[in-house]
Amino acid sequence: MSDARVVLIAIAGIAALALVPIVAPPYYINLLVPFFGYAIALIGFNLLFGYTGLLSFGHAMFLGFGAYGAAVVAGTYGVRSFELVLLAVVPAAMIAAVPIGIVCVRNTGIFFGMLTLAFGMLFYSFLFKFYHLTGGDSGMRVPRLSIIGLDFAQLNKIEFLAGPFYYYCLALLVITGAVMWRIVHSPFGLHLRTIRDNARKAEYLGVHVHRFRLAAFVISAAYGAIGGVILGFRVGLADPELVYWTHSGQLVFMAVLGGASNFFGPIAGALAYTLLQDQLQSLTQYWRFVLGAVLAIIVIGFPGGIVGVLQDFFGDLRQRLARSTA
Amino acid sequence: MSAFFNILLGGVFHAAVLFLVAAGLQLVFGVQKIVNLACGSFYALGAYFGVTFITAATSLGLSPWLIFPALIVSGILLGVIGPPIERLLRTVYARDESFQLLLTFALVLMFQDVFRFIWGANPRSLDTAYLIYGTINTPDFSVPVYNLMVIAAAIAVAVGLGAFLQRTNFGRILRATAENRAMAEALGVDVRRIYAVVFTLGAVLGTTAGALIVPTAAASLDMAVELVVEAFAVVVIGGLGSMWGALVGALIVGLIRAFSLVIYPEAEVLAIYLIVIVVLLLRPAGLFGRSAA
Repeated sequence: MSDARVVLIAIAGIAALALVPIVAPPYYINLLVPFFGYAIALIGFNLLFGYTGLLSFGHAMFLGFGAYGAAVVAGTYGVRSFELVLLAVVPAAMIAAVPIGIVCVRNTGIFFGMLTLAFGMLFYSFLFKFYHLTGGDSGMRVPRLSIIGLDFAQLNKIEFLAGPFYYYCLALLVITGAVMWRIVHSPFGLHLRTIRDNARKAEYLGVHVHRFRLAAFVISAAYGAIGGVILGFRVGLADPELVYWTHSGQLVFMAVLGGASNFFGPIAGALAYTLLQDQLQSLTQYWRFVLGAVLAIIVIGFPGGIVGVLQDFFGDLRQRLARSTA
Repeated sequence: MSAFFNILLGGVFHAAVLFLVAAGLQLVFGVQKIVNLACGSFYALGAYFGVTFITAATSLGLSPWLIFPALIVSGILLGVIGPPIERLLRTVYARDESFQLLLTFALVLMFQDVFRFIWGANPRSLDTAYLIYGTINTPDFSVPVYNLMVIAAAIAVAVGLGAFLQRTNFGRILRATAENRAMAEALGVDVRRIYAVVFTLGAVLGTTAGALIVPTAAASLDMAVELVVEAFAVVVIGGLGSMWGALVGALIVGLIRAFSLVIYPEAEVLAIYLIVIVVLLLRPAGLFGRSAA
């Protein structure tokens, strides 16, 4: 894709998301808040999965770092500012990710997936069993936070989420997305793709494969933590289900649904999943079955995900147009 | 001392069930190189179907003494789900392993709602049917005979599987396919058939384990996703694809769980994963695995 087209698509997407609170009922605005959390987490997830070729099946752990970090920083220590919470939680998550990453990035493929799953479940059982520290299955409360120093006291939580916080999340998504765009298009990103395509060759060329994988792992942890703070803040609760392995599976699902080979795929996947799940839940109590079937169809028939299908469609269209004008 | 033996036997019982599921997982991974997240769903399916099967059979006049063999039969009957699911997985054999993993994750999601649809959201159990076989009481310990029968069955399966893989012709072909698929195919092995058989066998190990657990514990919607993580711990500790690994790993996980439940309940699952991580730090391929270069 040319840069101009990417900028155009990004601006169109941002404009569409910015218009939602104006045209859509509050229900949908509220529904989209977790979408932002997932989208940011997935941008980071895809640095690992799409760009470095490492499938993490324990990525929900980082969402947990974010949500529980917010609960501790804001709840226990009384820091009631979203930015300060992020400033505390994100570096903490990155530091925690370093030892985990060192162990995990020595493996690839299925082994990497199982190791990350093991670490995720380790953290889950810690959250679940150490009741006095983490609140066990009832979780920890995440109190209301101010954004950019304003606490919008006149708005109730729902209005706050659907109004200022929505745009705040949109801004966060744009900023984190732009940073990730820079990352994947830097020499660092090129290194990662080289490692994905042929790790041995990359090593032969002098790339410190483990070090680069570790860096990608730690960056994706930071994105996961930001997403986790948003998710935890929206519900007002950090609970252990956030970290359970099926939730990690859900993250992978979203990434593949949107298309992991494209930069915007995970964002599209998070949006599609959020809307699809909401629709299905209102239609049937067996929504998991339908989601599973959708996942199976995507995996079998459309490995490029939604973005892949769109690209095929538009690529086809352009070819036909070119032929008809020729 | 009596507490010690009780915990030990409880741990071995859990290990026996874990071994059956993990053996299925290992067999499928060893030959087909697919990590089957749905192994837990097979286990849950075995449990649910076991309840239904025994309830129906009892109402038709099945002697309660035959509950143990009947449960094994119900597990084996569920082998019918093997071939169609293997057919579904066949579509992604050529694909990246992450897609294979995801397809089995899709199965997990679908199975969960199938259980909800057929058996409802409430746990199903066979009450205390296993007490028919009585309990062995000694000054040192007391253990239901049923638990010992399950342990014996797991040992029999371990021995049988070992003999099947090492001594029979089909077992040799199976190992050859696991070793080098292309070469086996070139030598005239019908790999498609092997895959279907292996996957079905793996599924039957899981469903039988689930059926055998049901007299002592209820079948519930959560059991599928809960067991997967334990079975994963077993195969990671033991080494992916190794039968010895499944056996030793199951014993380690079963015993650790049993003892930590008594000594320090908070650490129940935590202890298992700490072992997983320690093993992976010292021997990244697991105790019996080959290095995963």
